[in-house]
Amino acid sequence: MSEMIKVGMADLNVVKSPDAITTLGLGSCVGVAVRDPVSKVGGLAHVMLPDSTAIRNNSNVYKFADTGVEELVKQVVSAGATRSRLVAKIAGGAKMFAMNSNLSVVQVGARNVEAVKSKLKEMGIRLLSEDTGESYGRTVIFYPETGDFVIKAVGKPEKTI
Amino acid sequence: MSENLNMEQMTSEYYDVLKEIGNIGAGNATTALAQMIGTKVDMSVPQVKLLEFKELGDMMGGAEQIMAGIYLGVEGDVEGSIMFLLKKGGAKHLVNKLMMGMGDENAPDFNEMELSALKEVGNIITGAYLNSLSTLTNLKIYPTPPDLAIDMAGALLSVPAIEFGTIGDKILLIQTQFFDETLIDGFFILIPDVESYTKILKALGIDVHIVA
Repeated sequence: MSEMIKVGMADLNVVKSPDAITTLGLGSCVGVAVRDPVSKVGGLAHVMLPDSTAIRNNSNVYKFADTGVEELVKQVVSAGATRSRLVAKIAGGAKMFAMNSNLSVVQVGARNVEAVKSKLKEMGIRLLSEDTGESYGRTVIFYPETGDFVIKAVGKPEKTI
Repeated sequence: MSENLNMEQMTSEYYDVLKEIGNIGAGNATTALAQMIGTKVDMSVPQVKLLEFKELGDMMGGAEQIMAGIYLGVEGDVEGSIMFLLKKGGAKHLVNKLMMGMGDENAPDFNEMELSALKEVGNIITGAYLNSLSTLTNLKIYPTPPDLAIDMAGALLSVPAIEFGTIGDKILLIQTQFFDETLIDGFFILIPDVESYTKILKALGIDVHIVA
């Protein structure tokens, strides 16, 4: 029996095939999935903010793109994944409100996506595909067995990237 | 040390003040709501909760619960934003009431006119809420035009959560239940920036001495 492991906001988790891992209702946050295709160990992080160094209150490493991705890689490796074989897929980073005001939070989705990408690049992890931006929420399910990253949105057909 | 104000360090006194603001604000919002739809509306005692981000979705019946979120910025003496969330069914019901039964309560989606009416509902409710905060504190608080989105609770909540995320690891949520003949679950999230928090508390005569 395979299980579906949940990841909350500003949280991450690691699973091994045949288990799958999901995070519900990604908005401006980004879901980062990494996987070692050989050991079939994978992990999913739900990061909220781009940069831990920009904020004083940064004790929760899962919350930020930079520290979150680092921690995700650390945890999949300690669960049996080989660091050099890791590949990634990402989703989320939507702009949920058009917003006439100039709140910086409105742009945070795009900034989160950028930050995740540059962290993956810095760590030498190849980004295979992404479903980011736009203006709607996403629920994602990641299967370390196949590497399938299933994306569901309200009123839209399900897709796999 | 306003710079170091942190949600987790809030004493029960501050918490009570915020609860009271929530209470009065929601009361005003209920009155505004009743006037708008022209029927008697009752309100439960608002629940004020300080939640971890992880727990947020569950509060509203799951992160995938489809909700209407009205989000607007706040300017003036207090800077920040406010979000009012309603479950989709409740939102449909309210809009239909406002449109004097001309809305289609059974249609899966909202049409243009319903969306516009819903925005107005949000505007009036959040306006009433901010008004009471302004009256209580004597601070100038102006809302910016509202923005509406209908999506999964988790996705909508990511916006205020990110704003709170720059302050701490928790979010302050005020839950109010309205009843006319139907139960309507409403949630307010008020997000003042750190400095405004101190201003609000000071204006209410609370000595702000939070040590980091």
